[in-house]
Amino acid sequence: MTVPSPARETALAPDRPGFQLVVEAPLALDCGVQLGRYTIAYQTYGRLNAQRSNAILICHALTGDQYVVGAHPLTGKPGWWETLAGPGKVLDTERYFLICANVLGGCMGSSGPMELNPATGRPWGLGFPVITVADMVRAQTKLIDHLGIETLFCVTGGSMGGMQVLQWAASFPERVFAAVPIATAARHSAQNIAFHEVGRQAIMADPQWCQGNYLEFGKRPERGLAVARMAAHITYLSEQALHRKFGRNLQDRSALTYGFDADFQVENYLRHQGIAFVERFDANSYLYITRACDYFDLAAEHGGSLANAFRGTRTRFCCISFTSDWLYPTSENRAIVHALNAVAANVSFVEIETDKGHDAFLLEEPEFFATLRGFLDGCARHRGLAAP
Amino acid sequence: MSADGGLNAVPAGARLRGDLRLVADMIERGSRVLDVGCGDGELLAFLAREKSIDGRGMELSQSGVNACVRHGLSVIQGDADHDLQDYPSDAFDYVVLSQTLQATRQPLRVIEHLVRIGRRAIVSFPNFGHWRIRLNLMVHGRMPRTPVLTHAWYETPNIHLCTILDFIALCAELGVGIERSVTLDRHGLPYRLKPQGTLANLMAEQALFLLRGARSQAPA
Repeated sequence: MTVPSPARETALAPDRPGFQLVVEAPLALDCGVQLGRYTIAYQTYGRLNAQRSNAILICHALTGDQYVVGAHPLTGKPGWWETLAGPGKVLDTERYFLICANVLGGCMGSSGPMELNPATGRPWGLGFPVITVADMVRAQTKLIDHLGIETLFCVTGGSMGGMQVLQWAASFPERVFAAVPIATAARHSAQNIAFHEVGRQAIMADPQWCQGNYLEFGKRPERGLAVARMAAHITYLSEQALHRKFGRNLQDRSALTYGFDADFQVENYLRHQGIAFVERFDANSYLYITRACDYFDLAAEHGGSLANAFRGTRTRFCCISFTSDWLYPTSENRAIVHALNAVAANVSFVEIETDKGHDAFLLEEPEFFATLRGFLDGCARHRGLAAP
Repeated sequence: MSADGGLNAVPAGARLRGDLRLVADMIERGSRVLDVGCGDGELLAFLAREKSIDGRGMELSQSGVNACVRHGLSVIQGDADHDLQDYPSDAFDYVVLSQTLQATRQPLRVIEHLVRIGRRAIVSFPNFGHWRIRLNLMVHGRMPRTPVLTHAWYETPNIHLCTILDFIALCAELGVGIERSVTLDRHGLPYRLKPQGTLANLMAEQALFLLRGARSQAPA
C-alpha cells in the first residue's frame, strides 16, 4: 500500500453529508502550477470488504457531484444515479463499495474557484489554476490511496465521468480492474468545444460576473449561468425526445401572445432548467470544468495514437453508447473500442437503442442496466468477489 | 458452475449446434479465440466453460451483443467487413467465422483479415453446390430455399454464396493453407467425403475449414 501523503479527513459541513479529505502535499497540475493544500469532498456507499477488492469509483459528469444516492443536500432531489446505485441495484451497495468524489474545480466541497485560496483567505475566482481531466484523476488517486485501496474493482461514469474513466485506465492501468466509460469520447470535438464556448460566453457576458470576482462583491451571474445551462441542456436531449415531450405545445395559453414571453412549453422548460441549475452550481466552476473537457484529448497525450494510451492494458473494458446521443455519439465511443481492439484489449461494446439522447445514461434504460449488470457480474467472478 | 470464468445463465452441459461442436473440437484448451459473428455467444460460452479459453466476440445484432455481455462475455457490436481491420496481427490463436462469410460484403478481404489476426482461422459456410440447390434451380427455376438457406431471395443476408470448390480455389489464390476440412450435412454431422472432390461438392450442405494463419504458412 502506498502511504498516503499527509492528509486528514473531516466531515464536509454540518449541512452537507459526506467527507472531505484535506491533502497537504501539493498536486502538480498539467498547467504547471503546484496546487498546495487542496480538498476532495466525497461520499461512499456500502462497505469496503476485508480484501479491499470491491471498490467502484464513480466519476460524475460536468454538472454532477458526489451525491450519487440519497437526497441532494441543496435540492432535496434524489441522487443523480439513484436509478442505478443502491441496495440490490446494478451498482449494488450490498456487494460493492461505491466512492464518488466531487471533481477538482467543482463547487460541492472540493477545491475549486468558489473555495477560499488558503494563501489569500479570499475566494479563488479566476486565480484558481486551470485544471484538466488528468488533474481531476490525479486528485482522485490521493483519495483512493487514503482509503487504502490498491486496485479499484471498477471505475465508471458517463459523459465527462467517462473521460475520467478513460484517463484512469490510461494513466493507472494497474489500479483499474474494470472500466466502464459510458456515452463519452476520448477527445472533445470542435462541436463539443463550440457548445461549451457559448456557455462560457453567456456567463462572462453577465455584468454580475464581475470579471470572475462576483463572490467578493456578493453577486452571482445567475442569468449568464442559466443561459449556459439552457444551451447545454438542449445538447443532452435528442430532437425526437424534445418533440415528443413538448412539440409546439403552448405554455398555459391557447394562442400566441405576439411577444417574448415563454409561449412554448419548451421555452418554459428550458427556463426552469436554467433557474434550477443556478441554485446549486457555481458559474466559475462551470468555466473551469467545461475547459477541462475541452482540453481533453487522450490520443494527443500519447503521440497522436489513442491505441497507445491502452497498450499492454489488462483492464476489462465495457463501452456503452446510446443511439440518439449526438453530444457524444456512438462513433466517438466506437473510436475508443477500435483503439482498444488495436491493442487486443479485453473489451465489450454495446450501443443501446433509445430516443432519450445523451441524458439516457442518467435514466432508467433496462437494456443498459442489464448489460452493465452482466458485465459487472462477469468481472466480479474473475475478481473472486462473492455474490451478495 | 466453475469459478474461473464460469458463465451465468448459460446452462452447463448445454448442447452445441452440430457444426459448432466440430469448431470447438478444433480449438485447443486455454487459447485466445475471436468469434466473428458470435450470435448470442453459444460457442464462446461453451469454450470458456469447457476449454478455459480467453474469448472475445463480435456480433452485428444489438440483441445478440447485449445477451453476450449480460452473460459476462467480452463482445463488441461490429461486423466482419468494418471492424476486423483494427485488430493487430497474430492477436488470437483462433479466429472463428461461422456461417457468416456468405453474408459479408468483401469475403476476400475478410478471409485475409482472419488469417492475419489469427494464427489459425476456422471458417464454416453453407455449400451452394449441394445437389438440392442445383436441382431446385434447374427443375423449378426459382431461387433455392433449403433448411440451411432459409431466406427468400429478396430478404436474404447471404449475398456472397459459394460452393466448397469455389472456397478451396479462393484459398489457393490467396495462398492460404488448409490444415483440415470437414463436410457436413444439414444437421452439422460430418460426411466421410474429402471436400476437394466433386462428390462432396454435390452432397455436403455445409463445410468447415481450418486455415493456417498468414504468419504460419508453410514455405512453398
